[in-house]
Amino acid sequence: MSRENNTLVKLNNAGFKQNGKWLVEGVTLAVEKGKIVTLIGPNGSGKSTTAKIALGIYKNIEGSVEKYTNKVGYVPQKISIDWTLPIRVQDFMLLTENIKEEKIDEALSLTGVIHLKNKSLGNLSGGEFQRVLIARAICKKPELLVLDEPVQGVDYTGEIALYELIKKISDSLHCGILLISHDLHTVMTATDYVVCLNGHVCCSGSPMDVARNNEYKTLFGEQASKILSVYEHKHDHVHSDEGEIKKN
Amino acid sequence: MFDDFFIRALVAGLGIALVTGPLGCFVVWRRLSYFGDTLAHSALLGVTMAYTLELNIALSVFIISSLIALILIQLQKKTNLPGDALLGLLAHSSLAVGLVVIGFLTFIRFDIMGLLFGDILAVTTDDLLIIWTGGAVILLVLKLIWKPLFASTVNYELAEAEGLNPDRAKAIFTILMAAVIAISIKMVGLLLITGMLIIPAAMARNISDSPIKMVIYSIIGGLLSVVLGLFSSLEFNTSSGPSIIVAALILFILSLLNIKQSIKLKN
Ligand SMILES: Nc1ncnc2c1ncn2[C@@H]1O[C@H](COP(=O)(O)OP(=O)(O)OP(=O)(O)O)[C@@H](O)[C@H]1O
Ligand SMILES: [Mg+2]
Repeated sequence: MSRENNTLVKLNNAGFKQNGKWLVEGVTLAVEKGKIVTLIGPNGSGKSTTAKIALGIYKNIEGSVEKYTNKVGYVPQKISIDWTLPIRVQDFMLLTENIKEEKIDEALSLTGVIHLKNKSLGNLSGGEFQRVLIARAICKKPELLVLDEPVQGVDYTGEIALYELIKKISDSLHCGILLISHDLHTVMTATDYVVCLNGHVCCSGSPMDVARNNEYKTLFGEQASKILSVYEHKHDHVHSDEGEIKKN
Repeated sequence: MFDDFFIRALVAGLGIALVTGPLGCFVVWRRLSYFGDTLAHSALLGVTMAYTLELNIALSVFIISSLIALILIQLQKKTNLPGDALLGLLAHSSLAVGLVVIGFLTFIRFDIMGLLFGDILAVTTDDLLIIWTGGAVILLVLKLIWKPLFASTVNYELAEAEGLNPDRAKAIFTILMAAVIAISIKMVGLLLITGMLIIPAAMARNISDSPIKMVIYSIIGGLLSVVLGLFSSLEFNTSSGPSIIVAALILFILSLLNIKQSIKLKN
């Protein structure tokens, strides 16, 4: 299969089976430079599995993955780190690539955790650790960012600021982002392409297309139609870092 | 008091400590102490092979240990036995086979105690060459695989996702383990090599807050243990292996004081 110019990773009818059970099957999607693709779906619908297929963590898959970059930043949903390792935030930032001190500082400042730089990784709170994970993923200036519920455990104002940061990074680095989020509101406003999963792709397309899709509506019910109305009444305000709402 | 053999033993021991320091950190981080033990036990077979085939001891120990590591990986794939049972199975059966084979080799006089616990009298100039060149190669390779190995120790999926090939790093590390056992067997003895890997690293963990510091302290701890251990081995006429390990243990106990202090600070 040929590569369209900007494609970073492409799944062709990909699926993963373990002990005879499909974790997810028949996923086709592509992430391109500068584009945000979001996966939505209920718990256990195969979002994280799809991300791991795209990243090459799962190897014996059905279908195929074409990955065109090795500059990848990954924020996993669940991470088990052995806390007996003596490792500080600044060591963790260098985990997969050597990065200049000032770049590290910059990334940690962007996610608001520069003051934790010398702290031991094991002593961070859940939200702090999540911010460090995001800083680590963006600071290597990746071509492809895979974010699996990146703002879980982050406080409300931080959540908004971090989503804005993610959007900004996709623009400034011109990297492709595969985002997994439960926050339908964010998904519907800042995404180029949405894939709605439920063990398989139940619908996909622009946020508008998906929002109008009947399968999507049954899957998300009440919440979906509310979000849709929010989406349809054109955006007229932004949220500042402090969480206040400013009129445009 | 300073005989030639003693200088040789010292130079050999210091060379070994330089290598076991960083490798030992990974043994602690990756919870491989029983794996190291198994490889070390199998070294006896390597020694008997060296005598029967007139090979260099370090070389044949390296070959046998690597072989045992391979067998272990295969058994892990093919059987449903838990990892520690497989390790015990290989460790004790290879030790037993080694001892039985020694029983048959009646034409050679074996110093079993020396094999099990180390013998500073046994270190030759050739051994020094093997220890220092072998050690340099081990350290160089470890430096080359440091990034993927450390990253996958912290988190396998991150390392894999970000293109570091952790499986290859792990395989190479296994070979390095076999190599470090091969070069240190004469000095420390096969029953105590894992102690040389683990105890200085454990001591270092108590006083470090970053991976690099832990590696450095672990090396320093190993060097100190060798010096203290060898001097007391000479003084009290004890085997070199146990003396070095006891010295390392004393350093470890001292490092515990540091933990007590930091806990006090927190309260
Ligand atoms: N390692 C595994 N072995 C067996 N089954 C698994 C494994 N990982 C996930 N599963 C199963 O595969 C399905 C998909 O899991 P996945 O983690 O991809 O869901 P998800 O969409 O990310 O869910 P969530 O919203 O809860 O994060 C689930 O039914 C889960 O139980
Ligand atoms: Mg998930």
